[in-house]
Amino acid sequence: MRKLRALWMRLVGMFGGAADEEFAAELDGHLAMHIEDGMRAGLSAEEARRQAMIRLGGLEQAKIAYRERQRLPWFETLWQDLRFGLRMLAKSPGFTIVAVLTLGLGIGANTALFSVVNGVLLNPLPYPHPEELVTVHASKPNFSEGSISYPNFRDWQRDNKTLAALAVARGTGYSLTGMGDAEEMRAELVSSDFFTLLGVKPVIGRLFAPHEDEIGREPLVIISEGFWQRKFGSRPDALGKVLTLDGRNYTIVGVLPSHFDLRINNFHAADLYVPIGQFRNPALTARPAGLGIHGIARLKPGVTIQQAQDDMLRVSEQLEKMYPEADRGIRAKLVPFQYAMVRDVRPLLLILMGAVGFVLLIACVNIANLLLVRSNVRAQEFAVRSALGASHTRLLRQLLTESLMLSLTGGLLGLLLASWGTKAMLHLLPQQLPRAAEVHMSGAVLGFTLVISVASGTLFGLMPCFKVFRQSLQDTLKDGGRGVGATRAGAQNWLVVFQMATTLVLLVGAGLMIRSLAKLSEVNTGFRPQGVLTFGLQPSSAMIGASPEAARAYLREANARIAAVPGVDAVSFSWAALPMQSDDEQLFWLDGEPKPQSQNAMHWAIRYIVEPGYLKAMGIPLLKGRFLAASDDAHAPRTVVIDEVFAQKFFGNEDPIGKRVFLEQFENEPATVVGVVGHVNQWGLDNDAVNPLRAESYQAMMQLPEQQLGLVLMGMDVVVHSRYSGDASFQSIHNAVTQMNHEQVVYNPETMESVIADTLAGRRFTMILLAVFAGTALLLAGIGMYGVISYLVAQRAREIGVRMALGADRRDVFRWVLTRGGRLAVFGAVTGILAALALTQVIARFSSLLYGVHAYDPWTMAGVTLLMMVVALAACYLPARRATRIDPMQVLRSE
Amino acid sequence: MGDKTDVWQGTLALMVLKTLETLGPIHGYGIARRIEQTSGNLLSLNYGTLYPALLKLEQEGYISSEWGLSENNRKAKFYKLTRAGRKQLEREARDWEQATAILARFLSPAEEA
Repeated sequence: MRKLRALWMRLVGMFGGAADEEFAAELDGHLAMHIEDGMRAGLSAEEARRQAMIRLGGLEQAKIAYRERQRLPWFETLWQDLRFGLRMLAKSPGFTIVAVLTLGLGIGANTALFSVVNGVLLNPLPYPHPEELVTVHASKPNFSEGSISYPNFRDWQRDNKTLAALAVARGTGYSLTGMGDAEEMRAELVSSDFFTLLGVKPVIGRLFAPHEDEIGREPLVIISEGFWQRKFGSRPDALGKVLTLDGRNYTIVGVLPSHFDLRINNFHAADLYVPIGQFRNPALTARPAGLGIHGIARLKPGVTIQQAQDDMLRVSEQLEKMYPEADRGIRAKLVPFQYAMVRDVRPLLLILMGAVGFVLLIACVNIANLLLVRSNVRAQEFAVRSALGASHTRLLRQLLTESLMLSLTGGLLGLLLASWGTKAMLHLLPQQLPRAAEVHMSGAVLGFTLVISVASGTLFGLMPCFKVFRQSLQDTLKDGGRGVGATRAGAQNWLVVFQMATTLVLLVGAGLMIRSLAKLSEVNTGFRPQGVLTFGLQPSSAMIGASPEAARAYLREANARIAAVPGVDAVSFSWAALPMQSDDEQLFWLDGEPKPQSQNAMHWAIRYIVEPGYLKAMGIPLLKGRFLAASDDAHAPRTVVIDEVFAQKFFGNEDPIGKRVFLEQFENEPATVVGVVGHVNQWGLDNDAVNPLRAESYQAMMQLPEQQLGLVLMGMDVVVHSRYSGDASFQSIHNAVTQMNHEQVVYNPETMESVIADTLAGRRFTMILLAVFAGTALLLAGIGMYGVISYLVAQRAREIGVRMALGADRRDVFRWVLTRGGRLAVFGAVTGILAALALTQVIARFSSLLYGVHAYDPWTMAGVTLLMMVVALAACYLPARRATRIDPMQVLRSE
Repeated sequence: MGDKTDVWQGTLALMVLKTLETLGPIHGYGIARRIEQTSGNLLSLNYGTLYPALLKLEQEGYISSEWGLSENNRKAKFYKLTRAGRKQLEREARDWEQATAILARFLSPAEEA
């Protein structure tokens, strides 16, 4: 404490100007008293004064000793260095501005990316003991992380020995009525343990109690804080009130805090949470059902994930013995929580982090290069200072102070750029990034910025230092600071080669991404996305439990109403799969095949349940026969339309029209194939070709059996084709539908074009950033090359002049300069290509970012090398021109 | 002067504190004279080193200073002990006594042994 106080006093003492005079006065008093005493003892005034001075040990020495104690000498040196550095930097504002801007960009980009990496990959999850959390899935022959059926969930919950808790969730939607206009609400069906397991505490009220999530219990609901505020003004009396969801009354028992924003598996924090037992799908109790239910669990303390996985395998195998039919091949699968959240973006973020690190490295090299040039200019200054007795350490300190001043200013600028850039970056990538809300400037981010600022300052500051100290004092002094031998440009040459190589690596990465995107945009979607609008439709809750006749009548009326909206020229309801948005499978076997014993032995196809207008709305080509028609209704024989992949896979070269297939749910009533349509891209532009499940089937909605028709009325998709823009069409459709019945809801409009764009958002994001980084790197490398060649020309001016005087052509000189630059560029290109070949292999192996191009794509390699060579030669052009303008006479005269 | 001893490193602060305790508020020159007198003129104090020592003690908060008039009506800076300084004096004196006692045992003829 005392030491700290003393330090503080000394720091303050540095700025107290009056202290010196005060001490002088004190010393005066001291001497006067001493002299008086001496004279009293009988000495002459002179002798007394002499004695007093001797005892004091010198007036100046006393003052210096006092001043050193009063202030902080090392701090004063630093202050001196800072002021001197500031003067030096102010003397060459061009250099200073370029250096600070370059560093600001480099550090800013690194900070922005690091804040994303930190928030998404590094920060622990905001739940107690996050390392104990796992996600749970059922691995099946067709899905490595398939959905868990409700009966299996209950058995897993009961039989495991390693989990502290296991919970499941599934997304759903409700139409909320009785609170103003009917509203479509996204909701999550959860088991009781879901929130307790995570450690989430309600704002008011309670969570679901054990057993309240079982089938047949009282309907309860937990609401979000946002919903509570919107609908109840955050009044505590919301507890116990009733919400009417799909026509049933759910009692509110609790409110979840607004900071609960979990996104995992298919779970996504919603406004309403309802116990899973309230799920009104009859298949809930079926053991083989796949209803999109996924689990999360907390391991018991001290249990490793491997132990838990083994334990759950044991449980699954037991169940397979008990239910050999339904549970064949079904195994519990655990995945660490954080990994499950970020695995999709991890390689992408790490690649970008690496790329941005390269950019900073290039920026540092550039500044080191500029400093090297300056150090040649300043060689004289340093030589003089050395000669006057400055030690190497003192000079080193001076140089480092200057470069750290640059890098810290750059860091500050970078911080500003990053706080803005991070937002822009998250904006570019809205829904792809998990945990995006957790990305912000934290202490760790500030620390990171400080560390990279200091590191880069030291890096580019030290490089010129070594050079300065190697120089011989006498030579420099003799030389008058004019020439430092040409051999010493070696370091600069190597830096440029390094820059060129690193830039080429970035260019190759960006080039490969651009090529991938170009390939993807050429992928045939199989439908015409222009003008296609999809949205959800939730009929009024009065339709729940309606007779099949009433349901079909309703569908016909709703279809007619939407079709009558101006601009709409085709409309179809859709249930089950929807291209690039949702998927659903149809299990079947062919006519002539024996009925398979289990689902796994059946054939699989994607299932679209649609109306006749679908083909026109989506613009899918009809290849053979006819599409589903209005006549394919409940009374007509069952029909099915297949796509070309289905036809090729199951019928080969035979004509599929008229063939019969047994659809699993109608095993006594085979369906007849009436038409073949073109293949539609179901799994997204990049994944469709590689997905094992590509065969597609279409069934008429009107031919659905009663039970499934009831499910359709709980919510379906609508596909329309309109001549007007998506927003305008949706508004008129919304009006038409509400006019028909104000209790029905249309929601979640999306144009197919934006859906397609979204599937490419991640790649586009990577491509844009990589291209920006590579472009920056190219610019920096160009500046670096320019600097080195300019310096070369300046240094060799005499030599060039002499050559020209001896008869060298201007063209020879021009060529000579370009060759010097070209040689460096070629060196850089070769090194860069080798490095790129190694690095892109890594990218290709650990991420799925490349599409349709090889990691060693020769076109990309050749293209970016050419680009870099052009930039390098362009950078040499100006100095080369300058070289040709050297006047030999002037050079010779100045010698 | 050859027979006089220089002030040992680190003991000057203790001497200053003790002087201030004994004499109360006093100026730098007075402190210096007092230290020499107390040592029976055996110590040779470089007066120039006294002032940085006083400054250090003041920075550490053990003493405080203010301007006043000396006995001969001369302007001088007077130093006095603070409460923290009094405590520090006790502590240092105790440590010092202990240290000298131990050394004395080593140096005295081994009677007990």
